[in-house]
Amino acid sequence: METQAVNAFPDALVQMQQAFYFQELVGNIVVFVLAVFVGFEVITKVPPTLHTPLMSGSNAISGITIVGALVCAGRGQVTLATILGLLAVIAAMINVVGGFLVTDRMLGMFKKS
Amino acid sequence: MIEHVIDLLYLIAAILFIFGLKKLSSPTTARRGNLLAAIGMLIAILVTLLDKQIVSPAWIVAGMVIGAGIGLWWARAVPMTAMPQLVAAFNGFGGVASALVAISEHYRPDGGAAHIDVLVTIALSVLIGMVTFTGSFIAYAKLQGVMTGAPILYKGQHLVNILLGLAVVVFGVLFVMDPAALGWSLWLVLLVGGALGVLLTIPIGGADMPVVISLLNSYSGVAAAMTGFVLRNEALIISGSLVGSSGLILTNIMCKAMNRSLANVLFGGVGTADLAAGAGVKATAGTARQMSAEDAAVVMENARLIIVVPGYGMAVAQAQHVVREMADQLERRGVTVKYAIHPVAGRMPGHMNVLLAEANVPYPQLYDLDDINPEFPNCDVALVIGANDVTNPAARHDKASPIYGMPILDVDKARTVMVIKRSLNPGFAGVDNELYYLPNTYMLFGDAKKMITEVLSALKGG
Repeated sequence: METQAVNAFPDALVQMQQAFYFQELVGNIVVFVLAVFVGFEVITKVPPTLHTPLMSGSNAISGITIVGALVCAGRGQVTLATILGLLAVIAAMINVVGGFLVTDRMLGMFKKS
Repeated sequence: MIEHVIDLLYLIAAILFIFGLKKLSSPTTARRGNLLAAIGMLIAILVTLLDKQIVSPAWIVAGMVIGAGIGLWWARAVPMTAMPQLVAAFNGFGGVASALVAISEHYRPDGGAAHIDVLVTIALSVLIGMVTFTGSFIAYAKLQGVMTGAPILYKGQHLVNILLGLAVVVFGVLFVMDPAALGWSLWLVLLVGGALGVLLTIPIGGADMPVVISLLNSYSGVAAAMTGFVLRNEALIISGSLVGSSGLILTNIMCKAMNRSLANVLFGGVGTADLAAGAGVKATAGTARQMSAEDAAVVMENARLIIVVPGYGMAVAQAQHVVREMADQLERRGVTVKYAIHPVAGRMPGHMNVLLAEANVPYPQLYDLDDINPEFPNCDVALVIGANDVTNPAARHDKASPIYGMPILDVDKARTVMVIKRSLNPGFAGVDNELYYLPNTYMLFGDAKKMITEVLSALKGG
């Protein structure tokens, strides 16, 4: 849709739009790569005794896909897209709420003495 | 303007995730870390709900309440022994959510995506999300005992998987080439991706589940990151890659702890009945000595240092609480009790630690492989409860053994070794454990919980 709309504009504008688009994409890739490095740095410091809570906690964080699910479910009239989005909302909420709660339950049991 | 504010709020959510994970570096701050991450998630959700794209909140709130309700109930009801399958299930839900979001993006009412990178990430998100979904639920079924934990192998298995893998690539390429006319191929990516998740997980044995769960955890992160590329949302990209790298690190640790490559775990089909009966097993000469619970209690109360080595058998028998009671009794008599935890003990990384924490064992008493191994030569009793392969000295010296090179707990170096086990049957790797035939080893045959209870009552009576 985007390209069709843009085709009506002069070439220079199209090029600008393209340049901006790829700049954004490259920006996203940069963020992705840097976040992987941050992840390695932070997570190698987690001691083995906490590996199960790490797993359930990071699992809850991967439920961030709830953000996408909400957008998809919230686009108005009932269509295939919104129904799929709603299913995604339910699945992601189980992941998020269950994940954080069970992690909290586990971490509450770790006592020093 | 408002879009920039929203982006900044997403960034704050991502920063809270990073700080939350950072605080997991110590048990004293970990709980607060988890809370920080949860606050980050709350911010991300609220920001999204307030965003102008959302126009039908009633639907959404209903969906959120249903999901939250299921999550809440499940997180509260689950016993700690069932934690591996719970994490697998939650993982699966995260994966399928990413896949659904990607498909929904393709069908969005305003026409959907046209750029090739978005189309590629939609296909990838669907594929990885579905593999995570079905793979996680197969892992769940295996761990929960709904289906057999033994590897399911058949002729031409690798060929089938390779063909399906190629098919997925073809359907993905078709979709990217012409998403409008060939939109159906995305559904084929979904179907074949789901089939691949099942077929790639069934040949993996129950005791290799720590690796599989870690890997699927990583996939669910990657799926979320891919969805982030689809939606151009950096919060998803950052969080997804954090989880992706976390899962990879754990996968790597688990593989190293078993001295096996990831490929061997995924495709080796280790743990088959064939292996247990045939090659690689050699009958060890000598007989195993038995010991009664009463005698064990006498030896233990006269010890200075006892190292407990728990394995999956302890979890199955739910023996962690009596183990802690026994340790309390011994400590009252001046005995020092430590716990040695092998990285692959249990069915997920750190599983034993959680079970012992549940039984109120203070976490400073739990030691990793590298920290505890130098202490075995000075310890009077090594008490092995339901652990097998991770204590087999053959891993150190027997080049013919399938577990040769695997880092083990050096329990054989203790003055006395006591092994609580149901029988002399080989462990998961199908290898006879020569530890049981050493002159300083005594076997306590029986259920872990029953045995420890008997030792405990002998301690109390004596």
